[in-house]
Amino acid sequence: MSTVRTGMVSAGGAGKTARFIDWIDERFPLTAMMKEHVTEYYAAKSFNVWYVFGVLALVVLILQFVTGIFLTMSYKPSAEDAFASVEYIMREVEWGWLIRYMHSTGASMFFVVVYLHMFRALMYGSYKAPRELLWIVGMFIYLVLMAQAFTGYLLPWGQMSYWGAQVIVSLFGAIPVVGAGLVEWIRGDFFISDITLNRFFALHVAAIPLALLLLVVVHILALHTTGSLNPDGIEIKEKKGPDGIPLDGVAFHPFHTSKDLVAIIIFAIVFAAVLFFAPEMGGYFLEHANFEPANLLKTPAHIAPVWYFTPFYAILRAVPSKGWGAFLMLLSIVLLFVLPWLDRCKVKSIRYRGWQYKVALGGLVVSFIALGFLGLQPATEKVYVYAARLFAGIYFAFFLLMPLYTSRERTKPVPERVVFHGHE
Amino acid sequence: MIRNFLHQRLRPGFIALAALLAIASLVLATAPPAVASGAPGLNDRANNDVANLASLQRGARNFVNYCQGCHSAKYVRYNQLARDLGMTEQQVIDNLMFGAARPTDTMDVAMRPADGERWFGIAPPDLSLMARSKGPDYIYNFLRSFYVDPKRPAGVNNLMLPNAAMPHVLWELQGLQTAKFEQVSPGILTPEVYDEFVRDTVNFLDYIAEPMKLKRQSLGILVITFLLVFGLFAYLLKQEIWRDVR
Repeated sequence: MSTVRTGMVSAGGAGKTARFIDWIDERFPLTAMMKEHVTEYYAAKSFNVWYVFGVLALVVLILQFVTGIFLTMSYKPSAEDAFASVEYIMREVEWGWLIRYMHSTGASMFFVVVYLHMFRALMYGSYKAPRELLWIVGMFIYLVLMAQAFTGYLLPWGQMSYWGAQVIVSLFGAIPVVGAGLVEWIRGDFFISDITLNRFFALHVAAIPLALLLLVVVHILALHTTGSLNPDGIEIKEKKGPDGIPLDGVAFHPFHTSKDLVAIIIFAIVFAAVLFFAPEMGGYFLEHANFEPANLLKTPAHIAPVWYFTPFYAILRAVPSKGWGAFLMLLSIVLLFVLPWLDRCKVKSIRYRGWQYKVALGGLVVSFIALGFLGLQPATEKVYVYAARLFAGIYFAFFLLMPLYTSRERTKPVPERVVFHGHE
Repeated sequence: MIRNFLHQRLRPGFIALAALLAIASLVLATAPPAVASGAPGLNDRANNDVANLASLQRGARNFVNYCQGCHSAKYVRYNQLARDLGMTEQQVIDNLMFGAARPTDTMDVAMRPADGERWFGIAPPDLSLMARSKGPDYIYNFLRSFYVDPKRPAGVNNLMLPNAAMPHVLWELQGLQTAKFEQVSPGILTPEVYDEFVRDTVNFLDYIAEPMKLKRQSLGILVITFLLVFGLFAYLLKQEIWRDVR
């Protein structure tokens, strides 16, 4: 084991601290891991603002874990007490309202940063070889995150919690043959009930967080194997200096960490603005109907899932048949998994790709936002249904036509080294 | 320095991000509110202010006198009203606690839900969170739009909630009106004073729906101020660390 140490040891107590670190290193690869993942992990110096959302997602994950643990201390997972226990947290637990708003705002902000993180990958080709596995693990994180959001949303036991869960769980009924039995098995009852609430609680606070944590570790390990890409889509490992350090790379710590800290603070300001001044976010982060306790006998006039699910909900409703709607909704997510093999273009970054991909990606973004809007609207308006079909068509065209338009792209020459102007 | 920084490194990203956020917020802003009021009715603003203690005190008086006979506010404790509304516990005991035994009790109702269902067809709902689920404006308009309708059991109907089960509890104050809002019989209060009465009541309901609202907003200013100062130092640290990276 190397005895060379980086800036972790202060000059004053160097002797004792060094001996302690040596003691650990003989038993656990602390210094080696620190080097590999932090002080000697090199990433391109040309990262732009799009490269902060990964670290922001990690920050929100930690926030959700910590606030979630405190919420479980006062929350009661039973149909009888759940709603009242949330109000108890809001009104009587010391700082309970702050913890609860952090958790509810965090849920929506998690999806905001994850969507921007995914868009970054689409822009700069982070899903392409050799990062296919990194992308797929990321997609699994996204899926598990959706499961986490869905199970968590039932817990306050409000009207929208209840009826939203009713609608989404019933989707599994669209699966041929086993559908009806499967729905019953998920609910553990013939309708969403106390039993469902209890098992969703177990999934939300134990099973899914464990899966999420594991996947995030795998995601980071995969990232540190291939190395981070950059806005130019250049592999910085291919141009190394005599010291073996990529010429275009700087160490994660202190360079990227100092930059990420600024990003985290800016993000925290946005987060605080929502949390302290608009925790309901106009009914999109906390739906108004969810301040009414779940009522089995009273279906709300208009059931809409929370905003981060609405693009997929719009696809579901665009199809007259429930079975095909559910299939297309599933397909819209499955297609993301195979993206690395649909894209035939050798150039990674959008900076050097042809107009075809730029137009297609623009279409994807517009259709995803439009579907998100349409998923919030009542399905009774015919015009919304037709619009949803149009934008679902554009969404699917992005993926299904991808092998065609990406193999015809006229790309620009990719530079040898990353484009970087210094931080003057 | 900063101009260069913005131009060369962050401009394309910022513009794209700003455009995306602008589109997203436009979509959110133009989307109809997540609450559909359903029926046509009044569309006036309550313009209540939860920082107005006198209004909250009057609203609390109105609530315990006119609402609490049927409606509970079961998540609210009397002693919290003492703390938040600038009253002593003794004042709360003397003026606001009619049925309750202790200031630590919640604002419950003596009427049993089964009786409510038998008398009105539906048990009167708890009002702790009504201002959050329906919004203060809705309640303000609801309490002002009862009209004479002989077809209904209690002789009144409501524009905001057609065939409302609730009778016009405040008829004595407002008087009765037709659907065209012509006064049929005068009430104790003039229309203007009645609106004030309703506004105070709504204000109280708005307050009990989220008692920590004012605390939340004032804490928010402190937190964001701290983050701005912290952010400035973090930015300077980053500039220092990146100074020699070419």
